Amino acid sequence: MKIIVLVKQVPDTETNIKVGDKSINEAGIKWIISPYDEFAIEEGLRLREKNGGEVIAVSLGPDRVQESLRQAYAMGADRAVQIKVDNYVPFDTVLTAELIANFAKAENADIIIGGRQSIDSDSSQVVIQVAEGLGIAHISFAVSLEISGTSVKATKEVEGGTQVVETSLPVAITAQKGLNEPRYPNLKGLMAAKKKPIETKTPADLGNPASKIEVVGLEPPPPRIPGRKLEAADAKGYAEQLVKALREEAKVI
Amino acid sequence: MSNVLIVGELKNGELKKISKEITSAGRKIADALGGKVTALLIGSGVEKFAGDLGAVGADSIVTVNAGDFNAETWANLVAGVIQDKKPSVVLVPHTSQGKDYSPRVAVKVGAGIVADAVGLSVDGGKVVAKKPIYSGKAYGNFKITSDVAIFTVRPNSQEVVQKAGAGATEAASPSAGDAKVKIVSSDLSGGNKVQLAEASIIVSGGRGIKGPENWPVLQGLADVLGAALGASRAAVDAGWISHSHQVGQTGKTVSPNCYIACGISGAIQHLAGMGSSKYIVAINKDGDAPIFKVATYGVVGDLFEVVPALTDEFKKVLG
Ligand SMILES: Cc1cc2nc3c(=O)[nH]c(=O)nc-3n(C[C@H](O)[C@H](O)[C@H](O)COP(=O)(O)OP(=O)(O)OC[C@H]3O[C@@H](n4cnc5c(N)ncnc54)[C@H](O)[C@@H]3O)c2cc1C
Repeated sequence: MKIIVLVKQVPDTETNIKVGDKSINEAGIKWIISPYDEFAIEEGLRLREKNGGEVIAVSLGPDRVQESLRQAYAMGADRAVQIKVDNYVPFDTVLTAELIANFAKAENADIIIGGRQSIDSDSSQVVIQVAEGLGIAHISFAVSLEISGTSVKATKEVEGGTQVVETSLPVAITAQKGLNEPRYPNLKGLMAAKKKPIETKTPADLGNPASKIEVVGLEPPPPRIPGRKLEAADAKGYAEQLVKALREEAKVI
Repeated sequence: MSNVLIVGELKNGELKKISKEITSAGRKIADALGGKVTALLIGSGVEKFAGDLGAVGADSIVTVNAGDFNAETWANLVAGVIQDKKPSVVLVPHTSQGKDYSPRVAVKVGAGIVADAVGLSVDGGKVVAKKPIYSGKAYGNFKITSDVAIFTVRPNSQEVVQKAGAGATEAASPSAGDAKVKIVSSDLSGGNKVQLAEASIIVSGGRGIKGPENWPVLQGLADVLGAALGASRAAVDAGWISHSHQVGQTGKTVSPNCYIACGISGAIQHLAGMGSSKYIVAINKDGDAPIFKVATYGVVGDLFEVVPALTDEFKKVLG
């Protein structure tokens, strides 16, 4: 079973974001694997442990993404591939998906797993676009997954609840929280990961797809409506003030 | 000329508000570009909503008769209508369904896509989409360079504006194709009465509610307001409520008009999910809690006193 796990490197949530003209200022940013992709890596490892085969961790971006690939190695990935794109717009999902689909096609992958969304763009697009590019099934927001032979059974989150779905390999999956608990890489794994090779592919190796998105500009978030703490003698007083504020000032209720 | 296609969404046979929101947004874009707005509705008996969409700016409504939602067949249907109508701009709800089929549509029709747009404007004949990035710590503006541009639009981000379009209906029957994924069963019992990600008011509870037995305190307020019930991760991880209620980085992203945070400290991962709420009310015992930095109205107090008083007060005025 050949399993490709998608590993996107994103700024840590706690990192301060400084907005530049068309991208963010990367100085001082702490980079992490997007949390949902950690569920994807874990699921890939579990599937391999059960069914055999190999787990290939793929990350797209400049050389700094190798750090995330080494972490995937430390968790237990068998191979790591960097799709080397230096001036990478992290919101260009169509370009990203086309590169990954072309890579997955060449590898003849059975399963492609990524997070339900990356926390820098919240687009929820790439994995399903890869599925469409390959002409294979997809299951989004998976909270459980069972694969035996070529049959796939999963529970996915849908609006208002869950659904049980079935399909057969090959399949692309997006991991939702609840799918598993990602393991921590141990020290030995981290040491060994340092020496492992990272394969690189260039866009030229993968069909040189065109970008379809243009960044017009980045800006800081819009200012919030200025806030204030209410003053009152008791709960009833607070309640009266709040109702008044929400109905007469904010006009939202 | 640039025509706009919007893809509406239904729930339990009712038209969702997001459908009107994106029709209004589509109307604005079409007016700026000199084009027409077509609204696509997929489902059974959807013709009856033509008037609703006509009233908010749809020039025509294309209806496609179909059974239950399946991302693959929906993608085929939407792509079929795009190929037939050749719009240059397509607006899709950024809902769990929209997220499920829109990626396939983009690839099928060779379109670029910007997902989770909260602002749509027109510049030089092209739509500029604004979207929050890096958990709302920055906003980006993007244009799409392909012939067809698809945008998924965040619920509650667009105003519904009454503006009559012709609203003429037309039935279409593009090929749905076969789905590789079969839906075996659905369990829709665990969810909110009001859908969290699309709710315009949310009452949310954190560790401060102390235990699962206290949800009725918040649900009482939510019921009076017709609001959805949200939760912090601390409350979900404690097993007090299902993950489908979680708001935040590893939960849902919400943009309601009003978010009432009760006993929630306002950790950065929580703010990542609700920071773009228009008005935020914080009820917290600790006056130094970070939630007060984003709150429009802050109440330093015990939620077990303030929330029931608030429920009573709203009952009185909304009665
Ligand atoms: C990778 C990662 C992802 C995460 N994702 C999310 C996410 O999606 N969503 C999320 O919410 N968190 C997330 N977190 C967790 C987040 O960091 C916080 O731990 C969490 O939000 C805290 O929840 P809380 O505010 O309910 O609890 P606490 O931080 O414990 O705050 C409880 C608050 O209740 C107040 N309080 C107590 N009693 C009362 C009372 N009687 N009346 C009024 N106020 C009272 C206290 O003053 C306190 O401020 C994530 C963390 C990590 C590391």
